[in-house]
Amino acid sequence: MTKGLKKYLKKKVFWFIITFIAAVILNFILPRLMPGDPVNAIVGKNVSAGASAEQVQQQVEFYKHQFGLDKNIFGQFLDFVKNAANGTFGVSYSQYPRTVSDIIGAGIWWTIALQLPAILVGWILGNLLGAVAAYKRGIWDKVFMPLSLFFSAVPAFGAAVILMVIFAVNLKIAPVNGAYDPGMIPAFNAKFIGSVIAHYQLPFWSIVLISIGGQAVGMRSMSIYELNADYVKYARFLGIKDGKIVRYVFRNAMLPQVTGLAMSIGSMVGGALVAETIFSYPGLGMAMYTAITQSDYPVISATTLIITVMVLLAAFLLDIIYAFIDPRVKAAQFD
Amino acid sequence: MKNTLKNVFHSPRFVVGFTIFMVILLTVLIYPYFVTRDPLLGLGKGFLEPGTYVSVYDTNTAGTYRVELPEANMNRMESSVPMEDRVTIIEFLTAKGVDVSHLTTANGDVPELVSLWQENYDEADVKKSKYPGFTTQAKRKALARMDARLSGDSATAKMTVTVGDGDDAATTTVNDTDYVKVNEVANSITLPLGTDNFGRDTLTELVKATGISLLIGLIAGTVATLLGLIVGLLAGYVGGILDDILMFIANLFTVIPGFVLLILIYYSVGQAARGVTTCALVIGFTSWVWTARSVRSQVISLRNRDHVNLSKLSGHSLPRIVVTDILPYIASYVVMAFILQVSSGILAEAQLSLLGLGPKTTDVPTLGLMMNWAKLFGAYTSSNAWWAYFPVILVIALISFSLNLMNTGLDQVFNPTLRD
Repeated sequence: MTKGLKKYLKKKVFWFIITFIAAVILNFILPRLMPGDPVNAIVGKNVSAGASAEQVQQQVEFYKHQFGLDKNIFGQFLDFVKNAANGTFGVSYSQYPRTVSDIIGAGIWWTIALQLPAILVGWILGNLLGAVAAYKRGIWDKVFMPLSLFFSAVPAFGAAVILMVIFAVNLKIAPVNGAYDPGMIPAFNAKFIGSVIAHYQLPFWSIVLISIGGQAVGMRSMSIYELNADYVKYARFLGIKDGKIVRYVFRNAMLPQVTGLAMSIGSMVGGALVAETIFSYPGLGMAMYTAITQSDYPVISATTLIITVMVLLAAFLLDIIYAFIDPRVKAAQFD
Repeated sequence: MKNTLKNVFHSPRFVVGFTIFMVILLTVLIYPYFVTRDPLLGLGKGFLEPGTYVSVYDTNTAGTYRVELPEANMNRMESSVPMEDRVTIIEFLTAKGVDVSHLTTANGDVPELVSLWQENYDEADVKKSKYPGFTTQAKRKALARMDARLSGDSATAKMTVTVGDGDDAATTTVNDTDYVKVNEVANSITLPLGTDNFGRDTLTELVKATGISLLIGLIAGTVATLLGLIVGLLAGYVGGILDDILMFIANLFTVIPGFVLLILIYYSVGQAARGVTTCALVIGFTSWVWTARSVRSQVISLRNRDHVNLSKLSGHSLPRIVVTDILPYIASYVVMAFILQVSSGILAEAQLSLLGLGPKTTDVPTLGLMMNWAKLFGAYTSSNAWWAYFPVILVIALISFSLNLMNTGLDQVFNPTLRD
């Protein structure tokens, strides 16, 4: 390891830790700045109509103590850090006495199972199409590129709504919303899995269709840029076979696309919001959406913390990996 | 400059994108002069399908003309014989052994079906012959009822209409050859895109919403580009500790989800102030980061060029170096970033409004609010009112498509390596 690389890595790790700490603090403070007293909301829901003012006050005190809201802001922050460290993230306000980790645990697998394959499939298909368009050109490129530009311009919710209306509402060949038949109890049998697969299709394809267009456009212009580069001309002069050159070209063109892939995996949870709310898919995005509408701070804090950590990690890993694999980044960063 | 513009307008992509965008923009600007109605005026209750609506009341007082359309009877039959009757006729004729293999339940076949029915149906015969499928009494009665309905339809119809009430009532007879001229009827309205859940004319509302959303995109894009440009220039050119701090802030903006900041800013400005402008400013304020990053990296590659160093040696001030020696090199990039920011600002508003986090206003529509209303009032599912959301999606897609096209066009002009 060179001295420059060591210095670069040290600097990156330093800023990673600082950003992480600042992000944790912001994730704690920001949701608590929102108006609306959660305790009053819960008490209002639970107390019977004839309760005396004293009883109501007792309830308020009880819940304040339960949530640790009777401590000052530093005490609350220590609780938050403690709860985050032991993995429970505290108790949800709106679904008391459920723990936040329970809510997140129920949602996160749906989100990962939906988003990760969709992002990967969209990315692979989009890049293939873009590379072929850049290499073959001609009619393939002329028809295909404006089309993918148009598809990449369709907003994510638009694609989701159109798919839902065509396949679920009109053709009735797919369920309208949810992740499985509401009458079923999750179990590991053929019927339940069949229902899950049927409910999976529309959200999945809505994400894939949207990402194909954008990826193809990006890959195409990167590939054209690389195909016109000097090293390609030089390699042709040397008489290197076309297949071999193309492999190098696409490997170089892939680099920015890999960044895009890592970042979209990192921001998966935030990106899940739209598709999940439209299809009422019980993932993390949906949990976050409900938490926002009910000012359930612990859930908002925990979900945004997950987003923060994932994005931060993705960006950090990219920085590190690039320092090793891309000589251009190496040169630029060490000066 | 003039040459650059000429090049830009020679790029087919840019021209196509520019044309689409201008068509949308001009529609937004000119349409209000033709339809002066308030775009949020409720014309009825709930979703109305697209079409021309003519007042039934006023058709009675409008002058009548005699028109004899040869296909009038057929049209009347087509719209009045229900689908289940058509199916029953085919079932009956097949049971009786009449060849109906060339006929379907489509509108065009209805007259032939009805005439075949009248030739072949006889109540006594049905009772006697016991055709398969029509043996029970209930089925036979259903056939008789249908026969009565069908014979009523095919006779030359006359209708009696009573105008007024009580003693003043006067009856007029309406013949089947009486027509009114649509533009002589006192009240009629054409709703090319029907009405939305509030009964508002969707087209007028959509045009207004497009205008507001373009404005949101413009404000958000300007704020984001300016902020990004300033931060990027400072971080890139000054460097050092300032660079570290600015990039740290930029990183925080990347890792904290934008909508969390949005909700907070909304609440801190208060519900009343959560209008269109606030929404646009907030979107701009949360989306400057990637412009700042790219400007910074370009400035870093520029700051050690000879002409910049020469300026420094000549003792020029920092603003002057930035304006004369750095900005011209990144100008084309900033223009492209601005276009993308406008398009993503429009998208951001739509997305936020869909989640119920958009502008809180009842004075003006936005594209996102229209999507939100369509979602809340079941336009996708229960009402199946495509006209309330599909045109909105299409407009959003067209705006960002045209802006993206303009952008790739510019990219090809400014980066010769990308040219086809």
